[in-house]
Amino acid sequence: MAGTLRVNPIACTGHGVCAELLPELIAVDEWGYPLIDPRPVPGALERGARRAVSACPALALRIARIEEPARSG
Amino acid sequence: MNTALNEETAPEDLQAHLSRYGAVPYRGRTSTLIPDLEASGLTGRGGAAFPVHRKLAAVARAKGTRKVAVANGAESEPASRKDELLLRIAPHLVLDGLQLAAEAVGATEAHLYLHAAPGPQILRALAERTAQGVDRLPVTITQAPPRFLAGQETALINRLGGGPALPAFQPPRVSERGLGGAPTLVQNAETLAHLALIARYGPRWFRAVGTPEEPGSMLTTLYRARVRTEIHEVAIGTPLRALLGDGPQAQAWLVGGYHGTWLPLPQARELTLDHASLRTFGAAPGAGVLAALPADRCGLAETARITTYLAAESAGQCGPCLNGLPRIAAALTELAAGRANLQTRANLERWSGLVTGRGACHHPDGTVRFVRSALKVFAPEIDRHARGQCAATSREPFLPLPDRAPASEQDWI
Ligand SMILES: Cc1cc2nc3c(=O)[nH]c(=O)nc-3n(C[C@H](O)[C@H](O)[C@H](O)COP(=O)(O)O)c2cc1C
Ligand code: SF4
Ligand code: SF4
Repeated sequence: MAGTLRVNPIACTGHGVCAELLPELIAVDEWGYPLIDPRPVPGALERGARRAVSACPALALRIARIEEPARSG
Repeated sequence: MNTALNEETAPEDLQAHLSRYGAVPYRGRTSTLIPDLEASGLTGRGGAAFPVHRKLAAVARAKGTRKVAVANGAESEPASRKDELLLRIAPHLVLDGLQLAAEAVGATEAHLYLHAAPGPQILRALAERTAQGVDRLPVTITQAPPRFLAGQETALINRLGGGPALPAFQPPRVSERGLGGAPTLVQNAETLAHLALIARYGPRWFRAVGTPEEPGSMLTTLYRARVRTEIHEVAIGTPLRALLGDGPQAQAWLVGGYHGTWLPLPQARELTLDHASLRTFGAAPGAGVLAALPADRCGLAETARITTYLAAESAGQCGPCLNGLPRIAAALTELAAGRANLQTRANLERWSGLVTGRGACHHPDGTVRFVRSALKVFAPEIDRHARGQCAATSREPFLPLPDRAPASEQDWI
Protein backbone atom coordinates (compact mmCIF):
# COMPACT_ATOMS: atom_id res chain seq x y z
CA MET A 1 0.00 0.00 0.00
CA ALA A 2 1.36 3.39 -0.97
CA GLY A 3 1.56 5.75 1.95
CA THR A 4 3.38 8.76 3.30
CA LEU A 5 4.87 9.28 6.71
CA ARG A 6 2.90 11.71 8.77
CA VAL A 7 3.59 13.12 12.21
CA ASN A 8 0.96 14.29 14.66
CA PRO A 9 2.62 17.57 15.72
CA ILE A 10 0.61 17.76 18.95
CA ALA A 11 1.73 14.34 20.11
CA CYS A 12 5.32 14.65 18.89
CA THR A 13 7.74 15.52 21.68
CA GLY A 14 10.76 15.93 19.46
CA HIS A 15 12.66 12.85 20.57
CA GLY A 16 14.20 12.50 17.15
CA VAL A 17 14.33 8.71 17.43
CA CYS A 18 12.55 8.50 14.08
CA ALA A 19 15.21 10.57 12.33
CA GLU A 20 17.96 8.37 13.71
CA LEU A 21 16.25 5.26 12.40
CA LEU A 22 15.24 6.65 9.03
CA PRO A 23 17.58 9.46 7.99
CA GLU A 24 16.63 8.82 4.34
CA LEU A 25 13.16 10.31 4.93
CA ILE A 26 13.35 12.18 8.25
CA ALA A 27 15.61 15.03 9.31
CA VAL A 28 15.33 17.16 12.44
CA ASP A 29 14.96 20.93 12.55
CA GLU A 30 16.96 23.24 14.78
CA TRP A 31 14.52 22.64 17.65
CA GLY A 32 14.65 18.87 17.41
CA TYR A 33 11.36 18.28 15.62
CA PRO A 34 11.11 15.98 12.62
CA LEU A 35 11.10 17.24 9.04
CA ILE A 36 9.44 14.54 7.02
CA ASP A 37 9.79 13.85 3.33
CA PRO A 38 6.23 14.36 2.04
CA ARG A 39 6.62 11.99 -0.91
CA PRO A 40 5.24 8.43 -0.84
CA VAL A 41 7.52 6.04 1.01
CA PRO A 42 9.47 4.13 -1.64
CA GLY A 43 9.12 0.37 -1.51
CA ALA A 44 12.73 -0.16 -0.44
CA LEU A 45 12.20 1.98 2.66
CA GLU A 46 8.84 0.60 3.74
CA ARG A 47 10.29 -1.69 6.38
CA GLY A 48 12.41 1.10 7.78
CA ALA A 49 9.38 3.39 7.84
CA ARG A 50 7.38 0.84 9.79
CA ARG A 51 10.27 0.46 12.25
CA ALA A 52 10.40 4.22 12.82
CA VAL A 53 6.65 4.27 13.40
CA SER A 54 6.80 1.62 16.06
CA ALA A 55 9.88 3.15 17.71
CA CYS A 56 8.28 6.54 18.25
CA PRO A 57 7.76 6.77 22.04
CA ALA A 58 4.94 9.32 21.62
CA LEU A 59 2.98 7.25 19.09
CA ALA A 60 3.11 10.38 16.97
CA LEU A 61 4.25 8.88 13.71
CA ARG A 62 2.22 6.85 11.26
CA ILE A 63 1.97 5.90 7.65
CA ALA A 64 -1.04 7.60 6.13
CA ARG A 65 -2.89 6.61 3.01
CA ILE A 66 -2.18 9.21 0.36
CA GLU A 67 -5.65 10.71 0.05
CA GLU A 68 -6.13 11.59 3.72
CA PRO A 69 -6.58 15.28 4.48
CA ALA A 70 -3.55 16.74 6.19
CA ARG A 71 -4.89 19.29 8.60
CA SER A 72 -7.91 21.14 9.80
CA GLY A 73 -8.81 24.66 8.67
CA MET B 1 -23.57 46.69 -3.74
CA ASN B 2 -21.82 48.47 -0.90
CA THR B 3 -24.05 49.03 2.10
CA ALA B 4 -22.85 50.27 5.46
CA LEU B 5 -24.53 48.46 8.33
CA ASN B 6 -25.74 50.79 11.00
CA GLU B 7 -24.50 49.71 14.40
CA GLU B 8 -27.42 51.47 16.07
CA THR B 9 -30.02 49.41 14.20
CA ALA B 10 -32.47 47.88 16.64
CA PRO B 11 -32.57 44.08 16.39
CA GLU B 12 -35.48 42.83 14.37
CA ASP B 13 -37.95 40.90 16.53
CA LEU B 14 -39.42 37.63 15.36
CA GLN B 15 -42.67 39.19 14.14
CA ALA B 16 -40.90 41.82 12.04
CA HIS B 17 -38.42 39.23 10.78
CA LEU B 18 -41.14 36.84 9.64
CA SER B 19 -43.19 39.53 8.00
CA ARG B 20 -40.14 40.79 6.12
CA TYR B 21 -38.75 37.41 5.03
CA GLY B 22 -41.69 35.01 5.38
CA ALA B 23 -41.83 31.77 7.37
CA VAL B 24 -38.76 29.61 7.85
CA PRO B 25 -38.86 27.46 4.70
CA TYR B 26 -38.37 24.01 6.19
CA ARG B 27 -38.30 21.37 3.46
CA GLY B 28 -39.60 18.51 5.55
CA ARG B 29 -36.77 16.27 4.36
CA THR B 30 -33.01 16.11 4.64
CA SER B 31 -30.72 17.01 1.75
CA THR B 32 -33.21 18.85 -0.46
CA LEU B 33 -31.63 22.23 0.28
CA ILE B 34 -28.19 21.02 -0.77
CA PRO B 35 -28.66 21.24 -4.57
CA ASP B 36 -29.91 24.81 -4.16
CA LEU B 37 -26.81 25.68 -2.17
CA GLU B 38 -24.66 24.10 -4.85
CA ALA B 39 -26.41 26.12 -7.57
CA SER B 40 -26.01 29.29 -5.53
CA GLY B 41 -22.24 28.87 -5.24
CA LEU B 42 -22.27 29.91 -1.56
CA THR B 43 -18.91 29.49 0.15
CA GLY B 44 -18.03 29.76 3.84
CA ARG B 45 -17.63 33.28 5.20
CA GLY B 46 -15.52 32.25 8.20
CA GLY B 47 -12.27 32.65 6.27
CA ALA B 48 -11.57 29.61 4.13
CA ALA B 49 -14.33 30.03 1.51
CA PHE B 50 -15.03 26.31 1.34
CA PRO B 51 -18.11 25.38 -0.77
CA VAL B 52 -21.00 25.11 1.68
CA HIS B 53 -22.92 22.42 -0.20
CA ARG B 54 -19.97 20.04 0.02
CA LYS B 55 -19.79 20.27 3.79
CA LEU B 56 -23.52 19.79 4.17
CA ALA B 57 -23.46 16.82 1.80
CA ALA B 58 -20.63 15.22 3.78
CA VAL B 59 -22.52 15.47 7.08
CA ALA B 60 -25.82 14.39 5.47
CA ARG B 61 -24.04 11.35 4.03
CA ALA B 62 -22.13 10.42 7.18
CA LYS B 63 -23.44 7.51 9.23
CA GLY B 64 -24.76 8.13 12.70
CA THR B 65 -27.99 8.42 14.60
CA ARG B 66 -26.67 11.54 16.32
CA LYS B 67 -25.56 14.52 14.19
CA VAL B 68 -24.67 18.04 15.18
CA ALA B 69 -25.02 21.47 13.55
CA VAL B 70 -23.05 24.43 14.90
CA ALA B 71 -23.24 28.14 14.15
CA ASN B 72 -19.74 29.52 14.66
CA GLY B 73 -20.05 33.05 16.01
CA ALA B 74 -16.73 33.00 17.86
CA GLU B 75 -15.24 35.70 15.66
CA SER B 76 -11.91 35.20 17.36
CA GLU B 77 -10.02 37.43 14.93
CA PRO B 78 -9.69 40.64 16.97
CA ALA B 79 -10.07 42.92 13.94
CA SER B 80 -13.30 41.32 12.74
CA ARG B 81 -16.62 42.64 14.01
CA LYS B 82 -19.09 41.46 11.40
CA ASP B 83 -20.48 38.34 13.07
CA GLU B 84 -21.00 40.17 16.34
CA LEU B 85 -22.95 42.90 14.55
CA LEU B 86 -24.93 40.42 12.45
CA LEU B 87 -25.92 38.42 15.52
CA ARG B 88 -26.93 41.63 17.26
CA ILE B 89 -29.06 43.21 14.53
CA ALA B 90 -30.33 40.15 12.63
CA PRO B 91 -30.20 37.23 15.07
CA HIS B 92 -33.19 35.52 13.46
CA LEU B 93 -31.49 35.26 10.09
CA VAL B 94 -28.58 33.34 11.62
CA LEU B 95 -30.89 31.19 13.74
CA ASP B 96 -33.08 30.39 10.68
CA GLY B 97 -29.92 29.34 8.86
CA LEU B 98 -28.87 27.11 11.73
CA GLN B 99 -32.25 25.33 11.80
CA LEU B 100 -32.36 24.94 8.02
CA ALA B 101 -28.80 23.63 7.83
CA ALA B 102 -29.59 21.26 10.70
CA GLU B 103 -32.62 19.96 8.82
CA ALA B 104 -30.64 19.55 5.62
CA VAL B 105 -27.98 17.37 7.26
CA GLY B 106 -30.41 15.53 9.56
CA ALA B 107 -28.90 17.00 12.71
CA THR B 108 -30.29 16.01 16.09
CA GLU B 109 -28.53 18.82 18.00
CA ALA B 110 -27.99 22.51 17.31
CA HIS B 111 -25.36 24.75 18.90
CA LEU B 112 -24.45 28.40 18.85
CA TYR B 113 -20.83 29.25 19.71
CA LEU B 114 -20.34 32.87 20.72
CA HIS B 115 -17.41 35.15 21.33
CA ALA B 116 -18.83 36.70 24.47
CA ALA B 117 -21.62 35.93 26.88
CA PRO B 118 -24.85 35.89 24.85
CA GLY B 119 -26.29 39.39 24.46
CA PRO B 120 -29.91 40.18 25.29
CA GLN B 121 -30.77 40.24 21.56
CA ILE B 122 -29.83 36.60 21.10
CA LEU B 123 -31.50 35.44 24.29
CA ARG B 124 -34.67 37.29 23.38
CA ALA B 125 -34.60 35.90 19.85
CA LEU B 126 -34.25 32.33 21.11
CA ALA B 127 -37.03 32.80 23.65
CA GLU B 128 -39.36 34.20 20.97
CA ARG B 129 -38.65 31.29 18.67
CA THR B 130 -39.25 28.73 21.38
CA ALA B 131 -42.49 30.42 22.44
CA GLN B 132 -43.79 30.45 18.86
CA GLY B 133 -42.56 26.99 17.97
CA VAL B 134 -40.34 28.23 15.13
CA ASP B 135 -37.30 26.15 16.03
CA ARG B 136 -37.32 22.42 15.37
CA LEU B 137 -34.22 21.88 17.53
CA PRO B 138 -33.39 23.60 20.80
CA VAL B 139 -30.19 25.64 20.57
CA THR B 140 -27.40 25.24 23.11
CA ILE B 141 -25.17 28.27 23.61
CA THR B 142 -21.48 27.93 24.45
CA GLN B 143 -19.11 30.83 25.02
CA ALA B 144 -15.70 30.84 23.35
CA PRO B 145 -12.68 32.03 25.34
CA PRO B 146 -11.24 35.29 23.95
CA ARG B 147 -8.38 33.54 22.15
CA PHE B 148 -7.40 33.80 18.50
CA LEU B 149 -7.66 30.07 17.97
CA ALA B 150 -10.96 29.59 19.77
CA GLY B 151 -12.99 29.80 16.55
CA GLN B 152 -10.95 27.19 14.70
CA GLU B 153 -13.28 24.28 14.14
CA THR B 154 -11.50 21.53 16.07
CA ALA B 155 -10.95 23.97 18.97
CA LEU B 156 -14.68 24.69 18.81
CA ILE B 157 -15.47 20.98 18.97
CA ASN B 158 -13.20 20.56 22.00
CA ARG B 159 -14.83 23.51 23.75
CA LEU B 160 -18.36 22.33 23.00
CA GLY B 161 -17.36 18.98 24.47
CA GLY B 162 -16.47 20.71 27.75
CA GLY B 163 -12.71 20.87 27.21
CA PRO B 164 -10.32 23.71 26.45
CA ALA B 165 -10.69 25.48 23.08
CA LEU B 166 -7.52 23.94 21.66
CA PRO B 167 -7.15 22.67 18.09
CA ALA B 168 -6.92 18.93 17.56
CA PHE B 169 -4.92 16.99 15.04
CA GLN B 170 -6.97 15.63 12.16
CA PRO B 171 -7.96 13.34 10.45
CA PRO B 172 -10.79 12.46 10.57
CA ARG B 173 -12.72 15.52 9.51
CA VAL B 174 -15.34 16.86 11.91
CA SER B 175 -17.96 16.16 9.25
CA GLU B 176 -17.25 12.50 9.91
CA ARG B 177 -16.32 12.58 13.58
CA GLY B 178 -16.91 15.82 15.46
CA LEU B 179 -18.64 16.58 18.75
CA GLY B 180 -18.67 13.45 20.89
CA GLY B 181 -17.78 11.47 17.77
CA ALA B 182 -20.95 12.56 15.92
CA PRO B 183 -20.77 13.90 12.35
CA THR B 184 -20.72 17.66 12.81
CA LEU B 185 -21.46 20.63 10.57
CA VAL B 186 -19.64 23.84 11.53
CA GLN B 187 -20.60 26.97 9.61
CA ASN B 188 -19.78 30.58 10.23
CA ALA B 189 -22.67 32.72 11.48
CA GLU B 190 -22.70 34.88 8.35
CA THR B 191 -22.66 31.79 6.12
CA LEU B 192 -25.85 30.61 7.82
CA ALA B 193 -27.54 33.98 7.27
CA HIS B 194 -26.82 33.68 3.52
CA LEU B 195 -28.09 30.09 3.63
CA ALA B 196 -31.38 31.25 5.19
CA LEU B 197 -31.87 33.75 2.36
CA ILE B 198 -30.97 31.24 -0.37
CA ALA B 199 -33.48 28.80 1.14
CA ARG B 200 -36.17 31.48 0.71
CA TYR B 201 -35.24 33.25 -2.50
CA GLY B 202 -33.24 30.66 -4.40
CA PRO B 203 -29.86 30.51 -6.11
CA ARG B 204 -30.69 32.98 -8.88
CA TRP B 205 -31.52 35.68 -6.42
CA PHE B 206 -28.20 35.03 -4.63
CA ARG B 207 -26.25 35.21 -7.87
CA ALA B 208 -27.66 38.62 -8.79
CA VAL B 209 -24.61 40.18 -7.14
CA GLY B 210 -20.99 39.04 -7.04
CA THR B 211 -19.04 37.49 -9.88
CA PRO B 212 -20.16 34.38 -11.82
CA GLU B 213 -17.36 32.35 -10.20
CA GLU B 214 -17.78 33.88 -6.74
CA PRO B 215 -21.39 34.91 -6.36
CA GLY B 216 -23.13 36.82 -3.60
CA SER B 217 -22.17 39.40 -1.05
CA MET B 218 -20.00 39.32 2.04
CA LEU B 219 -19.66 41.29 5.23
CA THR B 220 -16.46 43.25 5.64
CA THR B 221 -14.91 45.12 8.55
CA LEU B 222 -13.21 48.25 7.25
CA TYR B 223 -10.37 50.23 8.82
CA ARG B 224 -9.32 53.53 7.28
CA ALA B 225 -7.46 56.59 8.48
CA ARG B 226 -9.44 58.89 10.73
CA VAL B 227 -12.80 57.15 10.35
CA ARG B 228 -14.30 54.76 12.81
CA THR B 229 -14.48 51.08 12.05
CA GLU B 230 -17.32 50.26 9.69
CA ILE B 231 -19.08 47.05 8.75
CA HIS B 232 -20.21 46.97 5.12
CA GLU B 233 -22.09 44.36 3.16
CA VAL B 234 -20.46 44.40 -0.27
CA ALA B 235 -20.77 42.44 -3.49
CA ILE B 236 -17.91 40.02 -4.01
CA GLY B 237 -15.78 41.52 -6.76
CA THR B 238 -16.11 45.11 -5.53
CA PRO B 239 -12.97 47.17 -6.27
CA LEU B 240 -10.88 47.45 -3.11
CA ARG B 241 -10.29 51.12 -3.70
CA ALA B 242 -14.04 51.73 -3.52
CA LEU B 243 -13.87 50.29 0.00
CA LEU B 244 -10.52 51.49 1.26
CA GLY B 245 -9.55 54.49 -0.86
CA ASP B 246 -6.11 54.64 -2.42
CA GLY B 247 -5.28 58.29 -2.00
CA PRO B 248 -1.99 59.51 -0.54
CA GLN B 249 -3.32 58.94 2.99
CA ALA B 250 -3.02 55.14 2.52
CA GLN B 251 0.43 53.55 2.25
CA ALA B 252 -0.56 49.87 2.04
CA TRP B 253 -3.66 47.68 2.33
CA LEU B 254 -4.19 44.68 4.56
CA VAL B 255 -6.62 42.11 3.19
CA GLY B 256 -7.91 39.09 5.11
CA GLY B 257 -6.99 40.10 8.64
CA TYR B 258 -4.08 38.87 10.75
CA HIS B 259 -3.70 35.67 8.78
CA GLY B 260 -3.99 37.82 5.66
CA THR B 261 -1.75 39.70 3.29
CA TRP B 262 -0.31 43.19 3.05
CA LEU B 263 -0.71 44.64 -0.44
CA PRO B 264 1.56 47.35 -1.87
CA LEU B 265 0.20 50.63 -3.18
CA PRO B 266 -0.16 51.78 -5.86
CA GLN B 267 0.59 48.36 -7.43
CA ALA B 268 -2.51 46.73 -5.92
CA ARG B 269 -4.92 49.54 -6.64
CA GLU B 270 -6.83 47.70 -9.40
CA LEU B 271 -7.57 44.60 -7.31
CA THR B 272 -11.11 43.53 -6.50
CA LEU B 273 -12.50 41.70 -3.48
CA ASP B 274 -12.54 38.14 -4.81
CA HIS B 275 -10.16 35.20 -4.89
CA ALA B 276 -9.47 35.36 -8.61
CA SER B 277 -8.15 38.90 -8.37
CA LEU B 278 -6.45 38.74 -4.97
CA ARG B 279 -4.70 35.49 -5.83
CA THR B 280 -2.47 37.39 -8.26
CA PHE B 281 -0.90 38.98 -5.16
CA GLY B 282 -1.02 35.80 -3.08
CA ALA B 283 -3.93 37.18 -1.06
CA ALA B 284 -7.51 36.11 -0.25
CA PRO B 285 -10.59 37.85 1.19
CA GLY B 286 -10.53 35.72 4.39
CA ALA B 287 -13.27 36.78 6.79
CA GLY B 288 -13.49 40.25 5.24
CA VAL B 289 -11.14 42.32 7.41
CA LEU B 290 -9.82 45.12 5.18
CA ALA B 291 -7.54 47.93 6.29
CA ALA B 292 -5.80 50.89 4.69
CA LEU B 293 -2.67 51.63 6.70
CA PRO B 294 -2.41 55.41 7.11
CA ALA B 295 0.68 57.04 5.62
CA ASP B 296 1.83 58.32 9.01
CA ARG B 297 2.19 54.84 10.61
CA CYS B 298 4.99 52.30 10.49
CA GLY B 299 3.97 49.09 8.73
CA LEU B 300 6.84 47.25 10.39
CA ALA B 301 5.80 48.35 13.85
CA GLU B 302 2.22 47.29 13.14
CA THR B 303 3.35 43.93 11.81
CA ALA B 304 5.68 43.33 14.76
CA ARG B 305 2.97 44.21 17.27
CA ILE B 306 0.41 41.92 15.65
CA THR B 307 2.87 39.07 15.16
CA THR B 308 3.83 39.27 18.83
CA TYR B 309 0.15 38.84 19.62
CA LEU B 310 -0.17 35.92 17.16
CA ALA B 311 2.87 34.20 18.68
CA ALA B 312 1.43 34.56 22.16
CA GLU B 313 -1.79 33.05 20.82
CA SER B 314 -0.09 29.86 19.68
CA ALA B 315 -1.68 27.02 21.56
CA GLY B 316 1.86 25.82 22.23
CA GLN B 317 0.96 22.26 21.34
CA CYS B 318 3.18 21.77 18.31
CA GLY B 319 6.96 22.09 18.47
CA PRO B 320 7.56 24.19 15.34
CA CYS B 321 4.76 26.65 16.17
CA LEU B 322 5.79 26.92 19.83
CA ASN B 323 9.45 27.50 18.95
CA GLY B 324 9.13 29.36 15.69
CA LEU B 325 6.43 31.99 16.16
CA PRO B 326 8.00 33.74 19.18
CA ARG B 327 11.37 33.88 17.38
CA ILE B 328 9.71 35.32 14.27
CA ALA B 329 7.93 37.91 16.39
CA ALA B 330 11.13 38.87 18.22
CA ALA B 331 13.03 39.26 14.94
CA LEU B 332 10.30 41.52 13.54
CA THR B 333 10.41 43.61 16.70
CA GLU B 334 14.15 44.05 16.18
CA LEU B 335 13.60 45.06 12.56
CA ALA B 336 10.97 47.59 13.57
CA ALA B 337 13.19 48.99 16.30
CA GLY B 338 16.17 49.33 13.96
CA ARG B 339 18.11 46.81 16.07
CA ALA B 340 18.32 44.08 13.44
CA ASN B 341 21.60 42.72 12.16
CA LEU B 342 22.52 40.92 8.95
CA GLN B 343 21.36 37.62 10.38
CA THR B 344 17.87 38.80 11.30
CA ARG B 345 16.32 38.65 7.84
CA ALA B 346 17.90 35.31 7.04
CA ASN B 347 16.56 33.95 10.33
CA LEU B 348 13.09 35.25 9.53
CA GLU B 349 13.13 33.52 6.17
CA ARG B 350 14.39 30.24 7.61
CA TRP B 351 11.96 30.17 10.57
CA SER B 352 9.06 31.08 8.28
CA GLY B 353 9.89 28.06 6.15
CA LEU B 354 10.30 25.84 9.20
CA VAL B 355 6.89 26.52 10.74
CA THR B 356 4.85 26.41 7.53
CA GLY B 357 2.68 23.33 7.16
CA ARG B 358 3.98 21.81 10.40
CA GLY B 359 1.24 22.64 12.89
CA ALA B 360 -1.93 20.75 13.72
CA CYS B 361 -3.83 23.82 12.61
CA HIS B 362 -3.42 26.63 10.10
CA HIS B 363 -2.11 29.18 12.63
CA PRO B 364 1.59 29.04 11.72
CA ASP B 365 0.81 29.14 7.98
CA GLY B 366 -1.51 32.09 8.35
CA THR B 367 0.98 33.95 10.52
CA VAL B 368 3.78 33.37 8.03
CA ARG B 369 1.64 34.55 5.16
CA PHE B 370 1.07 37.82 7.02
CA VAL B 371 4.76 38.20 7.96
CA ARG B 372 6.13 37.40 4.50
CA SER B 373 3.80 39.89 2.85
CA ALA B 374 5.04 42.55 5.29
CA LEU B 375 8.67 41.78 4.50
CA LYS B 376 7.90 42.30 0.82
CA VAL B 377 5.61 45.32 1.00
CA PHE B 378 7.64 47.15 3.64
CA ALA B 379 11.06 46.24 2.22
CA PRO B 380 12.00 49.91 1.65
CA GLU B 381 11.07 50.58 5.28
CA ILE B 382 13.30 47.73 6.44
CA ASP B 383 16.27 49.31 4.68
CA ARG B 384 15.43 52.67 6.19
CA HIS B 385 15.15 51.16 9.67
CA ALA B 386 18.55 49.53 9.20
CA ARG B 387 19.94 53.05 8.83
CA GLY B 388 18.18 54.09 12.01
CA GLN B 389 15.33 55.94 10.30
CA CYS B 390 11.56 55.49 10.16
CA ALA B 391 9.14 57.33 7.90
CA ALA B 392 6.26 57.19 10.38
CA THR B 393 5.33 60.32 12.28
CA SER B 394 2.83 58.62 14.57
CA ARG B 395 3.49 55.74 16.93
CA GLU B 396 -0.14 55.29 17.75
CA PRO B 397 -1.22 51.68 17.04
CA PHE B 398 -3.66 51.46 14.13
CA LEU B 399 -5.00 47.90 13.99
CA PRO B 400 -6.87 46.62 17.04
CA LEU B 401 -5.68 43.97 19.50
CA PRO B 402 -7.46 42.68 22.61
CA ASP B 403 -6.69 44.75 25.71
CA ARG B 404 -5.88 41.85 27.89
CA ALA B 405 -2.91 39.60 27.24
CA PRO B 406 -3.53 35.90 27.87
CA ALA B 407 -2.26 34.93 31.28
CA SER B 408 -2.79 31.29 32.11
CA GLU B 409 -3.91 27.87 30.98
CA GLN B 410 -7.36 28.75 32.30
CA ASP B 411 -7.75 31.22 29.45
CA TRP B 412 -8.54 28.44 27.02
CA ILE B 413 -11.82 27.62 28.75
C1 LIG C 1 -6.94 30.21 13.75
C2 LIG C 1 -8.31 30.09 13.19
C3 LIG C 1 -9.36 30.81 13.76
C4 LIG C 1 -10.66 30.71 13.25
N1 LIG C 1 -11.65 31.46 13.83
C5 LIG C 1 -12.90 31.40 13.30
C6 LIG C 1 -13.97 32.18 13.87
O1 LIG C 1 -13.75 32.90 14.85
N2 LIG C 1 -15.19 32.10 13.32
C7 LIG C 1 -15.45 31.29 12.23
O2 LIG C 1 -16.58 31.22 11.78
N3 LIG C 1 -14.46 30.54 11.68
C8 LIG C 1 -13.21 30.58 12.19
N4 LIG C 1 -12.22 29.81 11.64
C9 LIG C 1 -12.59 28.89 10.53
C10 LIG C 1 -13.20 27.61 11.10
O3 LIG C 1 -12.15 26.68 11.35
C11 LIG C 1 -14.16 26.97 10.13
O4 LIG C 1 -13.50 26.77 8.92
C12 LIG C 1 -15.41 27.80 9.86
O5 LIG C 1 -16.09 28.12 11.05
C13 LIG C 1 -16.34 27.05 8.93
O6 LIG C 1 -17.42 27.86 8.57
P1 LIG C 1 -17.60 28.42 7.09
O7 LIG C 1 -17.26 27.31 6.14
O8 LIG C 1 -19.04 28.79 7.04
O9 LIG C 1 -16.70 29.58 6.94
C14 LIG C 1 -10.92 29.88 12.14
C15 LIG C 1 -9.87 29.16 11.58
C16 LIG C 1 -8.58 29.27 12.07
C17 LIG C 1 -7.48 28.49 11.42
S1 SF4 D 1 10.22 9.76 17.35
FE1 SF4 D 1 8.10 10.44 17.52
S2 SF4 D 1 8.11 11.99 19.12
FE2 SF4 D 1 10.23 11.68 18.46
S3 SF4 D 1 10.56 13.22 16.89
FE3 SF4 D 1 9.95 11.37 15.83
S4 SF4 D 1 7.75 11.60 15.67
FE4 SF4 D 1 8.36 13.08 17.19
S1 SF4 E 1 -0.09 24.79 15.06
FE1 SF4 E 1 0.28 26.17 16.76
S2 SF4 E 1 -1.68 27.05 17.19
FE2 SF4 E 1 -2.10 25.28 15.90
S3 SF4 E 1 -2.47 23.59 17.35
FE3 SF4 E 1 -0.30 23.57 16.91
S4 SF4 E 1 0.66 24.84 18.50
FE4 SF4 E 1 -1.54 25.25 18.50
